[in-house]
Parts: sequence; C-alpha cells; structure tokens
Amino acid sequence: MVVTLSPSSASPSGLADRFDQAWRSPLESLLGLGSAAGADLVEVFLERTDHLGVLAEQERITSVSPAFGTGAGIRVFLGERDGFVSTNDLSEAGLRRALEQALGMLGLAAPSLATPAPSGFNGLATLRDFGASKAPWLGACPTLAEATTRLLEGTNQLERQGAHLQARRGSYARDWQEVLVAASDGTFARDIRLHQSLGLTVLAADGEHRASAGRRYGSSGRPEHLAQWDVEASAQEVCTSAGTMLYSDYVEACQVPVVLANRFGGVIFHEACGHLLETTQVERGTTPFADQVGELIAHEAVTAIDEGLSEGAFGSLSMDDEGMEPQRTVLIENGVLRRFLSDRAGERRTGHERTGSGRRQSHAFAAASRMRNTYIAAGPHSPAELIASVEKGLYCKAMGGGSVGPTGQFNFAVEEGYLIEDGQLTKSVKGATLIGEAKEVMPRISMCANDLELAAGFCGSVSGSIFVTVGQPHIKVDSITVGGR
Amino acid sequence: MDKLDAPALRSRIETFAQAQAIGRWDLGAASSNDSSVQVDRGEAKQMKAAQRSSITVRVWNGDGLVGITSTSDLSDSGLQKALAGAQDASAFGNPDDCPAFSPLATAPLQVLEQPLHEPRGILELLTSLKDAERQLLDRHPALTTVPYNGLAERSSERLYLNSDGACRQQQLTTASVYLYARAEQAGRKPRSAGAVRLAYGASDLDLAGCITEAADRTIAHLDYAPIPTGHYTCVFSPEAFLDLIGAFSSLFNARAVLDGVSLSSRSSLGQSLAVPFLSIADNGLHPGNIGASNFDGEGTPTRRLSLVEGGVLENFLHSEATARAFKVAPTGHAGLGAKVSVGPDWFEIGATPGAAGAALGLDRLAASSQGGAGLVLIDSLSALHAGVKASQGSFSLPFDGWLLQGGETRSIEAATVAGDIRSLLMAIVGFEGEAKVTPDGLCPHVWVEGLSITGEA
Repeated sequence: MVVTLSPSSASPSGLADRFDQAWRSPLESLLGLGSAAGADLVEVFLERTDHLGVLAEQERITSVSPAFGTGAGIRVFLGERDGFVSTNDLSEAGLRRALEQALGMLGLAAPSLATPAPSGFNGLATLRDFGASKAPWLGACPTLAEATTRLLEGTNQLERQGAHLQARRGSYARDWQEVLVAASDGTFARDIRLHQSLGLTVLAADGEHRASAGRRYGSSGRPEHLAQWDVEASAQEVCTSAGTMLYSDYVEACQVPVVLANRFGGVIFHEACGHLLETTQVERGTTPFADQVGELIAHEAVTAIDEGLSEGAFGSLSMDDEGMEPQRTVLIENGVLRRFLSDRAGERRTGHERTGSGRRQSHAFAAASRMRNTYIAAGPHSPAELIASVEKGLYCKAMGGGSVGPTGQFNFAVEEGYLIEDGQLTKSVKGATLIGEAKEVMPRISMCANDLELAAGFCGSVSGSIFVTVGQPHIKVDSITVGGR
Repeated sequence: MDKLDAPALRSRIETFAQAQAIGRWDLGAASSNDSSVQVDRGEAKQMKAAQRSSITVRVWNGDGLVGITSTSDLSDSGLQKALAGAQDASAFGNPDDCPAFSPLATAPLQVLEQPLHEPRGILELLTSLKDAERQLLDRHPALTTVPYNGLAERSSERLYLNSDGACRQQQLTTASVYLYARAEQAGRKPRSAGAVRLAYGASDLDLAGCITEAADRTIAHLDYAPIPTGHYTCVFSPEAFLDLIGAFSSLFNARAVLDGVSLSSRSSLGQSLAVPFLSIADNGLHPGNIGASNFDGEGTPTRRLSLVEGGVLENFLHSEATARAFKVAPTGHAGLGAKVSVGPDWFEIGATPGAAGAALGLDRLAASSQGGAGLVLIDSLSALHAGVKASQGSFSLPFDGWLLQGGETRSIEAATVAGDIRSLLMAIVGFEGEAKVTPDGLCPHVWVEGLSITGEA
C-alpha cells in the first residue's frame, strides 16, 4: 500500500471533539508514513478527557476543579526499541511533527509527501467501537449541584457520628475519557471510560492524641455511583476507625504472624508481588520471578488473579490502551507461577504474550504492562479461624499505602491494627509498618479465608497513575517483620 | 521553543471574558518541550518527547465568588469553554475563603541567573547516557545493570496574567540525569543505590559526579548485615533530613493551619518547635535551586522566608488568601486554584548563628570507634508518601544506610526508622560537616539521638 498525507484529504482539523470513523483516513495516512519509513509498528493513541473534582470540608464546598483536554501519543517500534512522542496538538501538522520526531529517535525518516514510499501497512481494520453504548454516561453523571449536596451529606454524617473531629473532608472525582487507538497492525478501536471515586477522611484530635482515618470508594462505568453511595455506612466506618485509633498505643517492633483483613489488605499483594509479575519488571531485570513460570513461588494456599472484567470494578476495561480486550489472567495457581502481565512492548521484548494489560494514565505516557483488578482468590477458612490460629500476632484491619524498593523490599503502613493474643483480638495499636520481601513472604501466606472483597485504588508506576482494584480474603502470613517504636 | 505570546493571550481572554460578562479573571499558563532517554545494557530502551501546553483560568462572579477550570486546549473554543466552566464553578465558590489578586502581583521581581540552553537533541542524549551507563558498570564487577536511569532536557515557559494588568513570564531550560545501579553477588541479595544531578542544560550536567556517586553508594551497600532492632543515635544525610522536613512541611503551611490539619496552630508562632540552635528557612531564590521560579502561582514574588530561628517558629508560608487571614503579606508560596494550595520551595537548614547548645565538630567515624551500640547513618529515606502521617506527626520509613560501630562501617540490610517529628526536632544533637546543596535544599549532616530502628527483631 502506498500512502500519502495530503492536507486536503487527511486533515484531522475539526475532528478533535469527536473520535469516530472520520479519523480513519488521517490515521491511515500517519500509520502508512510511519511504516513506509521502516518502523516495525506504529501506534497512535488519541484522547479526550473531562474531569471534575469537588472537595467538601466541614460544612463548606471548598474546591470545585473542572478540567478538560485532548492529546495524542504516538509510539514507533523498531526491533525491541521504541520512540514515543506526546502532544496536545491534534492538527494534521502537529500529529505529523510528532510522528517524525518519534521516527527520528529510531534513526528513521518519513518519506516526503511528494515521493511516498511503499509500506507494509494494509490499512485499519473495521472500527471496534466499545464506546458506542456509553455515549450517555457523561450526561447521566451527577450534576455539580447534586455532587456538592451529596458530599456535604457526607461531611455532615461524619460530624454526627464522630467525636473529637478536628477536620472532616469529603471528596469526589469524576474522570471521563474517550480514546481512539490505531496501529499499523490494523488495530482500530474506540472506547469511553468513566471512573468515579468518593472519599471520606477525618482527623480526630484530643490533647496530644491524634488519629486520622479515611476510606475511598470507586467504580467504573456506573454513572449512578454517587447517588447510590451509602453515606451513613461510610461515615460510620471512618469515624469508628478514627475513634478506635485515637487513644491507641504505638506498636513495638516485632517479628510475628499477621492476619491481614480483606478488601484493601490486597494492596500488599499488588505492590509486593503484582508489580513483579509485570513484563516491565522482566525487561528491567528487577523481578526475582523472571525465570520461574511453572515453579512454586508462593504457598500452595495462594491463587492470584488479575483481570479487567469484573463489572463496575475500578480496574475494569472494555479494552486496554493498546486496543486489546482484557482477559482473566491467572498469575499464580496453588502457589505456582503461571503468567506475567504483558503489553505490546513486553511481548516484543520478553516474549510473554499480551494479556490486555497495556495501560497508561493519559496520552502523555507510553502504555506499559500494568495491573487491573488484582486479587488473591478466596480460600476455605473463615476469618475467625485465621485469627484463632495465632497465639501472638497482629491483625491489620485497615492498610495504608506502601512502596516496593528496586530490589523487591516492601513496606506498608497499617492504619488500623490490633494485637492478637491467644487467638483473640485485644487492644488496638498504631504506627505499625509491615516490612519484607515478596520472595520471602509469598511462601508464608498459609491460610486464605472465604471472604474475598475488592477495593478501589490508584496505582502509580512507569506509565503514570491508573485506576485499579486490589483485593483478597482475610489471609494469614506466618511471620513478618513489624516496624514500630 | 516558541515564546508564549502574553499580549495575544491577554487579548483573546479579554475578548472571550467580555462576551461572557466576566469582569475579573486571572490565569496561569504553561508550555513545555521535553525529551528523555533510557538505556538498558548499551541499547536504547525508550526515547520520549512531549509537547505540553495548559492553562488554568479563574473568574470572579457577580457575588465575588471564584470558579476555576483547567484545559490543555488552547484553541479559541477551548478558552471559551474554560471560561464558561469557571463561571459555572464559581456558583459553588466558598464565601468564607475567597481568593483575591495578590497585592504583590505587580511588585518587582528578583532577576535570576538562569542561562537558557539550546536542546542537544535526543540522539546526543542517548549517546551520553549509553556512555554513562557503560562507565558506571565498569566501576565494579558486582554492578550488573542500571535498571533505573534517565537523561532528560526540558524547555518550558510559564505565565501569570490578571485582569488588573499583572503579567509575569518566565522561560527556563533544565536538564537532569539519574542513575540507579543494581549490584549482585552470588548468594547475596541484590543491592541498589543511585544518584541524581540537575543543571540548566544537558551540557552542564555533572555526569562524572553522578556516575561516581551512584557507583560508590551502590558498592558501599554490598557488604551488608541486619541491624538489631533498638534505639540509636542517627546521622541523617542532608538529602534524608531535607526529605523528612519536606514531608512535614505542613508545620509551616498556613493553609494547613487554617484547615486544621497541621501540627501547628495560629498560636504556634513564637513558640519553641525545635532545639534552640536549629534554623530553617525557605529560599526558592537560592542559586543552588535549579529551575527556581521568581514568582508563585498568584504572581507574588518568591523570597527568602525564615521559618524557624533559634528553634522558635517564626513564620508560615502563605498564599494571598492565607496571608489576608493572618494579616500579613503573601510570601510567594501559592499555587493557583479555587482553594489555593501553599507549599515550600527550597529549604535552608543549619545552625542558628551564635546559638549555644549544638554539639560542634561532630565526626561520625571518630564517634563510632568509641564503642557502644554504634551510630546509624541514614543515607536516604523511602516511601515518604505512605510512611509519614503529617497531621499526626508520626513517621515510619524504610531507609538505606550504614551502621558505624567499633570503627567499622557496614551497610544495613533492611530497616525502618520511626518516630515523631516534634520529638525528633527536640532531639537534634548537632550538625556535622558543611551544608550541602541538594535538589531540595541546603543542609549539613544532622545528628538525632534516640530514634527507633526496626531491623532484625
């Protein structure tokens, strides 16, 4: 196929406010130019966004922050190398300039308009439009007035249900995104995404005693999420946690068995192990599991899954940011490593087949292999059995954030913790940090309960901050280092 | 990079604002061009470039309430939509805390010495980084890869305009390099450390210094051992102490004070916060602050501000609105928003001139040879986003460092340091060595006694 990019036939000008078939011709021209230049693969990612953020503090709305934008990310592969250029300029000239810049990074040059070169590009496939049924979503979301009213209900509920509250906050974010992905392998796909998140946080203070607590709730593809939010239950959960922790003592450093609660407890698996199962880590040589597919890397009680399919979950997708439909990927089955999460680059560089896991925060980031809804599967035990099996240990009811170092060490803050003594929960403790390495801790997850639940979160990594779900049932780790005072 | 055309932007905004009956507005605009490369064992791993532009407009409605909208669409329709969005949002403006134009938005600015560099181009960056990677790997046989690396250059411009005629504009070029090496030895855990350098242009980057520091730090962690859990006197590197103070900067933040989420309160001014020989200032204009801005998001000039002197809290960082609430002048630390954020620029930390009480001439190597539990040198802190509870004062942070004991220095396998920032500031023993210029500020090594270290339980 010989292609040209002529201003008259391929100008995308005026198309920035709609991503549809009208983009076929200009995108085919761009992709053809890139292919004719000698690229192995060219991919164009177009994006429109519409964001609303609202913050309520005490009895006031203190911030309303709308934002909208457009942009494109163009990626060119040559062998295992790639060049990536992002731009806010969706004009024909802007996109061509970005393509030429990306080609130039790899030592390639686009053929001139006057002398087009042959290309291996055979045109785009039929548009797969995952967004067709989602057009009403943005209009069905709460109005600004409805959102502010709902958030103030939240901060009022906190006031009613809490004690010694020095600060009360409610936050709401609505992120609408329309994307169009086209690649020189024929990929042509469109989607609309809608993510909403709600949060309540409090700071309780009484003399020298201080405690903060917060919960976040998130969904995808559910315009009615805010309207259906159980404000009272959320406020009660937050206030109970802050009230419990306000007068708690700091935990002493120790090495003990730990029982981690379900839902957001799954953040540890996400951070400490999940990231090591992304092909970006294989590429860097920073995962200890790179050559262990088929080998036992965790306790036989552990089966772990990553998928983009759970309806309404924060990490669910109709297609990934490379136009591939998501899958249910079994990462670990009964302790045995089964698969890595892979994207286009990961497949080219590591040989691991794509799993619909190519994700990015926005057009400004090249996609990378990233998690979606990631969780440890339910086991046969009740949560009470896990706690009863511990003579002296720690129960982590609510986890905070954490991080994983470049050589695999992780650490996580425990927001709400309780001592376990003789199989019973006793006094609450604060200031605990769980410390370890995935390779050492995974074999120590000896019991999984039957109460799997998911929780929404944000994951920041190589391709920016993305919406994810973490999850697990209650699990027991036989021994872990607990940092304290 | 084409210069942002401030008069043309003002003209367009004025026209669109007038059409929407908006009489009072201000805006912040920014544009940038970035190029960056990463390498992996002699090959280009990823090369990236980005062109970004954005604008944030604020409008005041007839009731004096403020609304805001941001966009990356700088077309006429984009600007019109942004103004309309801000107008809609202003209906929900907070009447109790309404921003105004900074009274200093037209005050003279200090001229900064910031030479503008022509970009070297991404292929030259690639060549330099490949060479740097090779040199780093050649430093020691245990250095196997440099998994995290990057060389970047950026040209950027920012602009502040308001309907009263204020106009601030700044052009800047910067470059950065980071090299994080991984070392592996048979039967031992991999170790990693790195270094960062900033400059106004890629040709000015201290690549040799970055390579040497990354190599020395990584190699110094090869011989590691666990540290017994306990309480230790700790020596914070300048970078680590600056990170810690930065994580607790809500102590000095008037916005956080007004919101009730700071450990400080209005009455904290004039009160003792730290040992009587500690000084902390914020000085975004320090020549060591690569990429400094001479005005903040509201157009207020940046300036040096003493925060703690002789251990006593002297001032808070302010925006226009918080300054008005405290009946002081804005300090040049604001962002731009409906609720304006406040943040520090660049810290200067050290001994208060003439103050008594600080141990002088501290020398960790000499002290470690005197026996006892030893000293812990905290080289770098991690996971500050998760391990710091700024509103509670507590922290529990993993760190890289060394145990200095019996005249020997040994890398610590894995450990966390925990404590309370108020207690820490009162437990400073003294300072060691000259203050060092870092990307986050100026600071010497800081000795603190009695900190809890969790290592091997």
